[in-house]
Amino acid sequence: MIDVRDLTFSYPDGTLVFEGFSWHVEAGEAWAVLGPSGCGKTTLLYLLAGLRRPSAGEILVGGESLTRPRPRTGLILQDFGLLPWATVRENAALGLRLRGFYGPDGTHAPPEASGVALTAAAVRAQVDPWLERLGLDSVSGSFPAQISGGQRQRTAIARTFVLGPDLLLMDEPFAALDAPTRESLQNLTLQLQAESGLTTVVVTHTIEEAALLGRTVLLLGRLPNRDARIVANPEAGRPEFREEPGYTAACGRLRHALEAVA
Amino acid sequence: MTPLEPSRSTPGAERRGSRTSSRRSPGSTPGAERRGPRTPSPRPSESLRGQVLLAALALVVVWGGLAWIVRRPILPSPILVFEAFITGLAGDLGLHFLASLWRVVASTALSVALAVPAGLVLGQSERLNRIFSPVIYLLLPIPKVVLVPVVLLFLGVGDLPKIVIIFFILFFQILVLVRDQAAGIRPELVHSVRSLGAGRRALFRFVYLPASLPAILTALRQSVGTAVAVLYVAELFATQRGLGYYIFLAGSTLFDYPKMYAGVVAMSLLGLGLYFAVDALHRRLCPWQFAG
Repeated sequence: MIDVRDLTFSYPDGTLVFEGFSWHVEAGEAWAVLGPSGCGKTTLLYLLAGLRRPSAGEILVGGESLTRPRPRTGLILQDFGLLPWATVRENAALGLRLRGFYGPDGTHAPPEASGVALTAAAVRAQVDPWLERLGLDSVSGSFPAQISGGQRQRTAIARTFVLGPDLLLMDEPFAALDAPTRESLQNLTLQLQAESGLTTVVVTHTIEEAALLGRTVLLLGRLPNRDARIVANPEAGRPEFREEPGYTAACGRLRHALEAVA
Repeated sequence: MTPLEPSRSTPGAERRGSRTSSRRSPGSTPGAERRGPRTPSPRPSESLRGQVLLAALALVVVWGGLAWIVRRPILPSPILVFEAFITGLAGDLGLHFLASLWRVVASTALSVALAVPAGLVLGQSERLNRIFSPVIYLLLPIPKVVLVPVVLLFLGVGDLPKIVIIFFILFFQILVLVRDQAAGIRPELVHSVRSLGAGRRALFRFVYLPASLPAILTALRQSVGTAVAVLYVAELFATQRGLGYYIFLAGSTLFDYPKMYAGVVAMSLLGLGLYFAVDALHRRLCPWQFAG
């Protein structure tokens, strides 16, 4: 699904984040990217999303070299990225409206979406089941400023899943939420992933979140990152894992591994 | 890969957990997650309208009191002015009012049509902004009203010079506010909309333009007073239509003071009406700014 080949990336100010970095993700895998702040986690995610271009090397997603955001990649950021002037329903429908705006050109929208007339009713028919499933039907007419952080992040999730992604990239998606909300959204993520076989990459600075969501964990540390250091965590990916003794052990393993790279 | 469909019947504790945590239910876990939709507060514009009406009444009372104390033709009583206003409306005051209204509305429309795209482009492109911002910086504080004689010399009589002068004022104010608004959009918002497939055109349509609407309306609200003031000055010259001309003629040539004050009242109403119109437009176009 993702093939990072000899990636080198530096910021205009000269900060070298990746140098000759290679990494491979199979379809359907659940990855967590863990590391201290400033280790390049978010940069990696933006590179995978096609929002930044490598200085050298190549990133292939779904077999194609990435030059711009890919229509079937979903991106969820910490601060939700919702339009403040649009209601929950309008925000959730934004991706579909963008596809309607461009038509199925293969660049901005997947070519197989062709022939689907995106009437208001059709958009609604696709959006409303997701709003209902994510418990947003009661706030569908509210603006982002009127709803809670958890509801905002649910709106962002709805907006992404309405488009039927095959790759989901998340950048510290639940860091700003309180503990019960965070847990329920982590569970939702696991559940959506189990249903769809979707490939996920979750960037996080929390060991516990990486241990829960990542069946494989990529560790990033001191700059520049040259090798992909990988910790296997095969038991993860189920909400119940949180309660099991293996979870504490996994957190411990990750903590040690993280101390080694940082 | 199976196509992803939202399933309605999802068993398991997580489902229930996630549902209840997003609903407004008493007790259980604290936290912001369970905030439901707020009911919108009563529209403040209605109570504001009542207060404005009350203030207008108070103003008329003070005016009447002053007129009674001063007892000179240059300060006629509100009743006399009201009579002149009504007589004027039946006569030519209405036509002058319409002439002035047309000039303000035309120049406003022209300013919005040109300043908004320019502001959006400058707000998005740091390079262009670096080139143009010194020019704007220089031109913005110049009082455009001093250009009235110059514009009249070049454009002569008729509506055009008046429209152009007001356009000068509004254009820069709208340009600067829209530019700053567009430049201040959080990069995370642009990133996530781009990741949904938006290119440059769609970003304009779905992000930059709606994000700038409040700035456009704020610029208009701030400029209405100035625009009407400048309109008055512009209508003193080379025209026989408009409220500026009407006031000047009645006051300085005919010495018909009630008529002059009727013109002043008409001009005030013009400014007030435009202000309320912008306000109503703001509420209509930017409902998220007024919601709960």
